[in-house]
Amino acid sequence: MYPSRFGYEAPKTIDEAIAILDKYAGEAKVLSGGQSLIPVIKLRFAAPEMLVDINGIPGLDYNRVDPDGSIHIGALCRHEDLENNELMEKHAPTIAAAAPLVSDPIVRTRGTFVGSVCHADPQGDWAATMTAMGGHIVAQGPNGTREIAMNDFVIGPFQNTLAYNEIAIEAVIPAPKGVRVGSYLKLERRVGDFATASVAVSLEMNGETVIGAGIALASVGGRTIDATAAAQSLVGNKITPELIAEVAAAVAATAEPRTDHRGSSDYKRQIVKTFVTRILTGLATTSQKAA
Amino acid sequence: MALDEIKIGGLGASRRRVEDNRFIRGKGNYVDDIVLPGMLHMELLRSPLAHARIKSIDVSKAYEIPGVRLVLTGEMMAARNLAWMPTLSYDTQAVLATDKVRFQGQEVAAVIADDPYIAKDACQAIVVEYEQLPAIVNPFQAMESDSVVIRDDKENQPGNKIFDWEIGDKAATDKAFAEADVVSKMELHYPRSHPSPMETCGSIADFNRATGKLTVYMTSQAPHIVRAAVAMVAELPEHMIRIVSPDLGGGFGNKVPIYPGYVVAILASILTEVPVKWIEDKTGNLISTGFGRDVYLQGEMALRKDGKMLGMRMKTISDHGAFYADAQPSKFKIGLMHSAFAAYDLPAAHLESVGYYTNKAPGGVAYRCSFRVTEAMFFQERMVHAAANDLGMDQAEFRRMNLVKDDMFPYRTAFGFLTDSGQYGKCLDIGMKAIGYDTYKAEQAEARSRGKLLGIGISTMTEPLGAGNSREYDILGIKMFDSAELRVHMTGKAILRTGAMNQGQGHQTTWAQIVAHELGIPADDVTVEEGDTDTAPFGMGTYASRSTPVAGAAVAMVARKIRAKARKIAAHLLEVSEEDIEWELGRFYVRSNKERGVTIQDCALAAYSNMPDGMEPGLENNAYYDPPNLTWPFAAYFVKVEVDAETGVWDVLKVVAVDDCGVRINPMIVEAQIMGGLTEAYAMASMQYQTYDDQGNMIGANYMDYLLPTAWETPGFELHEVVTPCPHHPIGAKGVGECATVAGPAAFVNAVVDALGHLGVRNIDMPMMPNRVYEALTTGKDISGMPPVMMGD
Amino acid sequence: MTSLYDEVQAPPAEGVPTRRVTIKVNGADRTVDVEPRLLLAHLLRQGLKLTGTHSGCDSSNCGACVILFDGRPIKSCTMLAVQADGHSLETVEGLASASELHPIQEGFKEEHGLQCGFCTPGMMLAAKALLEVNDDPTEDEIRWALSGNLCRCTGYQNIVKSVLWAAKKMRAEAN
Repeated sequence: MYPSRFGYEAPKTIDEAIAILDKYAGEAKVLSGGQSLIPVIKLRFAAPEMLVDINGIPGLDYNRVDPDGSIHIGALCRHEDLENNELMEKHAPTIAAAAPLVSDPIVRTRGTFVGSVCHADPQGDWAATMTAMGGHIVAQGPNGTREIAMNDFVIGPFQNTLAYNEIAIEAVIPAPKGVRVGSYLKLERRVGDFATASVAVSLEMNGETVIGAGIALASVGGRTIDATAAAQSLVGNKITPELIAEVAAAVAATAEPRTDHRGSSDYKRQIVKTFVTRILTGLATTSQKAA
Repeated sequence: MALDEIKIGGLGASRRRVEDNRFIRGKGNYVDDIVLPGMLHMELLRSPLAHARIKSIDVSKAYEIPGVRLVLTGEMMAARNLAWMPTLSYDTQAVLATDKVRFQGQEVAAVIADDPYIAKDACQAIVVEYEQLPAIVNPFQAMESDSVVIRDDKENQPGNKIFDWEIGDKAATDKAFAEADVVSKMELHYPRSHPSPMETCGSIADFNRATGKLTVYMTSQAPHIVRAAVAMVAELPEHMIRIVSPDLGGGFGNKVPIYPGYVVAILASILTEVPVKWIEDKTGNLISTGFGRDVYLQGEMALRKDGKMLGMRMKTISDHGAFYADAQPSKFKIGLMHSAFAAYDLPAAHLESVGYYTNKAPGGVAYRCSFRVTEAMFFQERMVHAAANDLGMDQAEFRRMNLVKDDMFPYRTAFGFLTDSGQYGKCLDIGMKAIGYDTYKAEQAEARSRGKLLGIGISTMTEPLGAGNSREYDILGIKMFDSAELRVHMTGKAILRTGAMNQGQGHQTTWAQIVAHELGIPADDVTVEEGDTDTAPFGMGTYASRSTPVAGAAVAMVARKIRAKARKIAAHLLEVSEEDIEWELGRFYVRSNKERGVTIQDCALAAYSNMPDGMEPGLENNAYYDPPNLTWPFAAYFVKVEVDAETGVWDVLKVVAVDDCGVRINPMIVEAQIMGGLTEAYAMASMQYQTYDDQGNMIGANYMDYLLPTAWETPGFELHEVVTPCPHHPIGAKGVGECATVAGPAAFVNAVVDALGHLGVRNIDMPMMPNRVYEALTTGKDISGMPPVMMGD
Repeated sequence: MTSLYDEVQAPPAEGVPTRRVTIKVNGADRTVDVEPRLLLAHLLRQGLKLTGTHSGCDSSNCGACVILFDGRPIKSCTMLAVQADGHSLETVEGLASASELHPIQEGFKEEHGLQCGFCTPGMMLAAKALLEVNDDPTEDEIRWALSGNLCRCTGYQNIVKSVLWAAKKMRAEAN
């Protein structure tokens, strides 16, 4: 409950922040929402030399949909900004479904979407959501910005591919080809618990026909699991019970769960299968109604 | 005119709480809120290993950190004969480890510094060299003949067994089994659970060299016991020790024992001659302080085929951790486990109990529980559930047939307790009606046809609350009774002090209501104080639902002493003989002329200004109350659940609680106690437990792993009441604080097992996490023991 | 004013960095020098003597330390004191005026929404944040909004009733 000593800077621009990160050559950490970083610091599981607090940098707290249909979430957009958010409900239903399930309501007022993706927790809701939606991270460093696709961004438990002097300034989800539908389900024993298993599904529809499909899993492996390949049999088809069963089984097979006190690996696969089935069944019903 | 008792906040008034005025303003006064001038801060270094020999401790680096004032190790404690201290169960416990560490989280060293950040820095700078030993993490390992001996510090301790104890009539029980038509069996594990009050333990020790007085502000549910213990352990004169328990942020049994941190802080203050504050962090609390349960329960029941219970055999194998530190009446080795089946007309019973040391945290405290009655009632109601099923009888009817009938009181239980009152059948009826029991079987069958799994669980029990009587109940030889002291001021206002210690139960509110009931002094005119051993009369503190049964009785008795004196004053004021005086609430009057009277306030003034000749002035007294028996509340809990067959997730559809705790002093507070208890029952049934891996690492040492339900998961509760006054308590009250925690868990488990009953599932051990329920419902097999910690694939 | 911890008013040891911050707490500006590592909960409790904000756990789970930060509820154990520079905080001590309780405080007393009182300040502030965005919440909405705050005594039912009581009173006052 009492952190080790560290230095603290609160730069007013991204460039200043990058300069400090550069100077500390890997010994500095970016502090955004802090809802994962401060707990590990105060339990002394981590002891960075310098914290670079970006909360005072203006213009990073946005979430918006551009005219081209792409979704942009700034580095200081808090989880709660995405809850009860009409834009997300319309354009990114997977995000809208996941937002109320992130941690607990108090943590959601402070924690950030981008910070959570960077944290690369295998249990992270947002990394799974971003993966299912085919999103990428925009990183800014001393030499400008670059885009990093989710599969290249999170490479292991709590490991991302940002350079020490880069900051993730934005998460981007590209425009859908058709109409985007999707949802998110999570099994947790109580609010704020680490999940037993989570499933993010994002589909792009043309009427009742699936024209794009992404599925990702959290908490069932050492990292976020991209199950998109297992979902491809949906593409070009209407969502039928037979197809749902096939996809649910294929997705469950991509999970890499470990047996622990939250359940056996078989049980966690069963949850994945059940959740995929429930989400797809729900989406089939909605798309039928819409059509 | 007699007063309106409800208006003056007397018995039966749902009086709003006096203590809330400070809490809702953030002006409570918990230990960590107290700041004394010049105070230093202490942090403890704990063992990362469960079992290891300490080869060396190097504290030199810690002293190099600016702001560090003192570092204490076991060696330094030993030099002052303080390395070990007695437990509440005639064992010893290490204060700071000298020879070995015996559980993960054991106290190894302490740093005293200018602030806790610096103290924590210095703890990290202490270098301890350990030689790791094999860890024993359950009693079955402990009982193996070649297992390592944990307590090699003790002479005459060849293995890891602590006790082997029995009670009951073995011959009569054997006979019952010989005559039985049906024998039903049950084997359970009650997992380790931690009371985990929101506020952790902590203290400020303030030794004043000039006066020789030691004042300790601390989180204690039993400050007088602490004073006595400190006098013995630290060899300080008892009158020079003042223990003050300020507001406690919950207790639930966790704050009964004396922990190493308190003792180390006392020595630190003596050595530094300034106040030393120690506030435990949450991990420290969960990993090292008094846990509850951790018992394997096995037993069987002898039954006649018409459903009559004939006898019961029970065996417990309990895990006490590294030190036998159970907080319990000393006469009994496994608390009041033998209160099992006290509600049932059971002719014969026998209990055998064996306890073991393991490399786990010590404890065995009465976690919202009257000394192991939680385990007893859990076993009882799971056994009853299985027996009814084995007989093919309805759960409610099997209970009705065997519960003690209203006309059988006083009833001597098979283990020798004397239950004295109750309307068990009536409680059962009310609960059945409220849960919709009549139509339930049809509803369940219909739901099953749709693939839905519905279940109803029942749990009925009476439990012994309010130790003692002092003939049978003592802790380390100190008899269990309690006390109250009442001073009525000349204007008719009063101050009341008791030997109990509030932790949220609302004593400040309810004790004043008893005074109002007995004397007619409005409750608002009575200040209540507890927790300061320099001012409060000696008492055994608050746990085991003993406050109302014992201290509450003492309040009534001291008020009656005051009334007796006031009557003499009234006679003097009214110029009649005492025999001609009558009492109505708040007023004495002349029998022949009701208009002629004096109020209790008139008498109070006269006690200081116009007392009869020869009467000692003043209007104050005290009472020590030694109850003739325990109190025996009854409860019937009904839980209805729906289990999701695809995930094992179970939702609570309805909870009905019928409680008979005798006369209710403050119904609002009683109901809140029941709801709080039901929540802990739900927590233990669903998610709240601690376990250890095979290295002795604790799972459940912080709130990320030790799951407490939030407002979202916690079900709503429907409460009903039945009132059967306690025949021996001065105002007819019985204990209630723990009933729902004690009997609640079985209602939840019985409900889930009922939902899966048609699949052949007989038992799912707690915690009933979704994966365990799913495994049971897909395999049709029982789920036993603790969840695995990490098995890999 | 140097405010590091409790009564320690002396300058910090050599080489220990501090930062001067100005924070509006319950409407009044407070300027203090703090070490970066000082948690906001500790600044409130020790440095500013506002002990109504409690520390209940080490892992940011319990919510006993919840305060309002620019009007939104946060866990003050999971924010650094330096981060509050230039921001406005409300703690339990700011709820009541000299003469009048806030309706949420009244509600908790009327409906017996507290027992030991330890979780109560955090619960009340989380409830206040809810009622500011939803003046007529359902029982489920209250349970959801308070699910970042743990209580060991009450079983939550009376807390829910307390918030409903307050919401009703606040609506009546607003009309």
